[in-house]
Amino acid sequence: MKNSTEIIKKHGLKSDEYNKLINLIGKEPNILELGIFSAMWNEHCSYKSSKKHLKKLPTKNKNVIQGPGENAGIIDIEDNDAIVFKIESHNHPSFIEPYQGAATGVGGILRDVFTMGARPIATLNSIHFGSHDHPKTKNLLNGVVSGIGGYGNCMGIPTVGGEVKFNSSYNENILVNAMAVGLVKKDKVFYSKAKGINQPVIYVGSKTGRDGIHGASMASAEFDKNAEEKKPTVQVGDPFTEKLLLEACLELMKDDSIIAIQDMGAAGLTSSSIEMASKGNLGIEIDLNKVPCREDKMTPYEMMLSESQERMLLILKSGKENIAKKIFDKWGLDFSVIGKTTNSKKLILNFNGEEVANLPISSLSNESPVYDRKWKKNSIPKKVLSQKDYRSIDIIDALKKIIMSPNNTEKSWIWEQYDSTVMGDTIQKPGGDSAVIRIHGKNKAVAITVDSSADYCVANSLIGGKQIVCEAWRNLISVGSKPIAITNCLNFGNPEKDKIMGQFVETIDGISEACSYLDFPVVSGNVSFYNETQNKAISPTPVIGGVGLIKNLNLIISKDIKKIGSHIFVVGKTLGHLDQTEFSREVLDIKNGPPPEINLFNEKNNGLAIYKLIQDKLVNSVHDISAGGIIVCLSEMCISNNIGVKLNISKNNNNLHRYLFGEDQSRYLIEIKEENIDKVSNLLLKKGIYFDKIGKTQKENFEISKNISIKVSELAKLNSFWFKKYFRDN
Amino acid sequence: MKISTTVTLKKDVLDPQGKVVNQTLKNMGYKNVINVRQGKYFEIELDIKNKDEAKKVVDQISKKLLANAVVEDYKINLE
Amino acid sequence: MKSSVIVFPGSNCDRDIAVALEKFQIKNKMVWHNEVNLPKSDLVVLPGGFSYGDYLRAGCIASKSKIIGDVIDHAKKGGLVLGICNGFQILIETGMLPGVLLRNKKLRFISKNIFLRVKNIKNKFCLNYKKKNVIKLPVAHNEGNYFAKQKLLEELEDKNLIAFKYCNEQGEVNKESNPNGSSNNIAGILNNEMNVLGMMPHPERLIDPFLSGEDGSLMFESLVKLS
Repeated sequence: MKNSTEIIKKHGLKSDEYNKLINLIGKEPNILELGIFSAMWNEHCSYKSSKKHLKKLPTKNKNVIQGPGENAGIIDIEDNDAIVFKIESHNHPSFIEPYQGAATGVGGILRDVFTMGARPIATLNSIHFGSHDHPKTKNLLNGVVSGIGGYGNCMGIPTVGGEVKFNSSYNENILVNAMAVGLVKKDKVFYSKAKGINQPVIYVGSKTGRDGIHGASMASAEFDKNAEEKKPTVQVGDPFTEKLLLEACLELMKDDSIIAIQDMGAAGLTSSSIEMASKGNLGIEIDLNKVPCREDKMTPYEMMLSESQERMLLILKSGKENIAKKIFDKWGLDFSVIGKTTNSKKLILNFNGEEVANLPISSLSNESPVYDRKWKKNSIPKKVLSQKDYRSIDIIDALKKIIMSPNNTEKSWIWEQYDSTVMGDTIQKPGGDSAVIRIHGKNKAVAITVDSSADYCVANSLIGGKQIVCEAWRNLISVGSKPIAITNCLNFGNPEKDKIMGQFVETIDGISEACSYLDFPVVSGNVSFYNETQNKAISPTPVIGGVGLIKNLNLIISKDIKKIGSHIFVVGKTLGHLDQTEFSREVLDIKNGPPPEINLFNEKNNGLAIYKLIQDKLVNSVHDISAGGIIVCLSEMCISNNIGVKLNISKNNNNLHRYLFGEDQSRYLIEIKEENIDKVSNLLLKKGIYFDKIGKTQKENFEISKNISIKVSELAKLNSFWFKKYFRDN
Repeated sequence: MKISTTVTLKKDVLDPQGKVVNQTLKNMGYKNVINVRQGKYFEIELDIKNKDEAKKVVDQISKKLLANAVVEDYKINLE
Repeated sequence: MKSSVIVFPGSNCDRDIAVALEKFQIKNKMVWHNEVNLPKSDLVVLPGGFSYGDYLRAGCIASKSKIIGDVIDHAKKGGLVLGICNGFQILIETGMLPGVLLRNKKLRFISKNIFLRVKNIKNKFCLNYKKKNVIKLPVAHNEGNYFAKQKLLEELEDKNLIAFKYCNEQGEVNKESNPNGSSNNIAGILNNEMNVLGMMPHPERLIDPFLSGEDGSLMFESLVKLS
């Protein structure tokens, strides 16, 4: 029976895609088969617009065990230990139901990590909202933060870092990107590739309901005026069940019963069964009557497309079913043998004794459409600022304005809602350059960071892509870790528009260039397109999650100034790039202009020097210089321990603004004890690294010069009131 | 005038709390309990004398605030 | 000294407390909630976490577990019972401790380091705090707001059954230093016989110089002294 144009359109397939489908399978699909194609061929599952360009990303180095293509990426951290990590988006559901959207985003990314055999040891998140004064923002922010906390806290996994940004480009399309990191033994990793014929295929976890049907399609569609009507597709998370699922899976993973395992995420049972079979070049046959259902009279269509949470699909060694069932029974979870692997290379579904779907696996996976979309190169904007724009601005007033702004205020109001110390291994909590988590029972740790700079990216995506990789690298170095690899979440508008596609292509080029140069490859990630409402797209927002290794716990360093009487150096040259800075946006209200240039040679050279200084115990504190420039980053170093600085910058007033607020890259602030000055200077000179001795630490006062100063305690107060005022906290 | 309204999860939405309460009751020996759904009960006192008018206001309140229309339904309780 | 840590579905600080107990050489066993018999123990710990997801009421469903009968008997015989965070909530639901733990006043989860005045140093958990009676420990909870009617509060104060009160760094017990709105800044209480302690803060999370402090260690050292 022929499918109507209306039905095909509702399933998100274009007419040429539908024709390709018919050619591949040699028949008209029935409604169930059409539904399966609509899930597997949409952007979220097939990566049809991004695949071609994602291939350019560097994905290997000597520490990479598993790159993109599995549930998560894996890196070697020595001594038979490995770290599994990934970041993923849950943007569209979070806009519709912020608590559940964010909660299920956390749930989904955690499953991606523990499905590989890793116990999750940390989560982080990057969340972006519209202007703080947009009517929807407050509720969305509250909902998302509560959802992240509600899920992560219940799971007992510490939430240790993140970022929160406000920008009008996200007014109608918020971003919620969740990252998870897990620890596994190198020789105990589990993959999703099906192996062997006639092996049992097993469903474990929560029962299947009607949640989220066509959620994957929703992620691939722009919101229109009727966005609110898409409501019924939002899933509800159950973190208690996920905790049980985590423990049951890890318990089963103690032996070798599992051949392959994958969580059921976007497009539920459909995507997990097809992907597992496809990787193993096998077929899979499922008896849908065996799928545990929560609701009455569920149809095969509903069962296959449901995105009910907290479910996994396993392929077990034949004969191990009873051992496995015992474990899942103990933890109170459903366990059902729903099918088997075959050598037909087909997906065959049976229901009530009849075959209800029969499709070649390859048509749904590696033969899905791949597009080479048209894209437009974006030029680098011209510089817009000149001295007359800022010459008369009071420096302290400008500093105050920046640290009081929502994007630069300290954010403990948010992260104190996340349990950051459960599991007993959190060495550096939120608020620093990177989170630091000890490897349980050992003398080493991992540093983890998540960063984005959408403002630089919208100004120029090539530079923005390079910059954000460098910033993640710097953040990891700043706590004393050696950066190893990244995961990325690429959030963009509609790729069918050549301007947006151009932003995507150039961002990828920028990321690739920086990753290659810094030996900092991409091991996992996710692309989220169609973040647009009524033709207004978000700023291109690549989010980078980086992981580094600290081999000795005694070599961890933080950004808080430790002593009075220390010296402060700026490592790296300051040219004074003021366009596209916090100063330009918050103080001058000028949002145009080019982002700062990236010099990868300096980035690497300076970073490795800082790393050496930390290893040699020659520095007391380190902070990379990013948003706000020297003056803002230095004030952040002073606030925690209420220690001030007295600067001695020999710059004439004309250049003072540029020097203090410029956001030139590859720079760090370091605090050095008197007795180490010579050693530090010599090391930097030897490596040809430019540095400025800018002053010394002192009691209480943050002093740029005699007439330009403010008490550190005043800075602390100004930097910490924004959220309390926004939410009217007493 | 006191009007009460009960807010419950929509029929097809997962109720993790109800699920666990149901299982616990079974474990406590209540074998005849088939299903449990958990909801919220609001009692709203108004200074409106006319019952229909009061109900209209509570209906609005339920729609605009008490029930999260994405996942919840509400029912104004008849006296 | 021998201990048993009860693990409920959803407990998530069980490993943390086991690590702490073992660090101080207390012989520990993990006991699944469904077991009927408690192994021979001097100390029983109900750990933190979200048993049963905190569904219905925090600690409520766990309090109906099979193992609880034995835990109550153990306490009646004078054995030590320590309930941390969710464990404190479970002790309240079983009736082993009086009062109720409500949602935090600001209706938000709170995770931060706080200061505590140790008010009762006679009980076996707090002997070591003689030397240091303002300590720092982390809290991480949604329902830590201890509430009791006036009569019960007076009784707790008079009998000196309040183990810890939230205070500031200088040891002043006041409104500003109360993170969750608890009556009288109560952070932990004892039963009449002082062998059952329920507390919201997590001593097992501060036993290590790398984790910003060791005030938790003092409690475990107290317990080890007893053996």
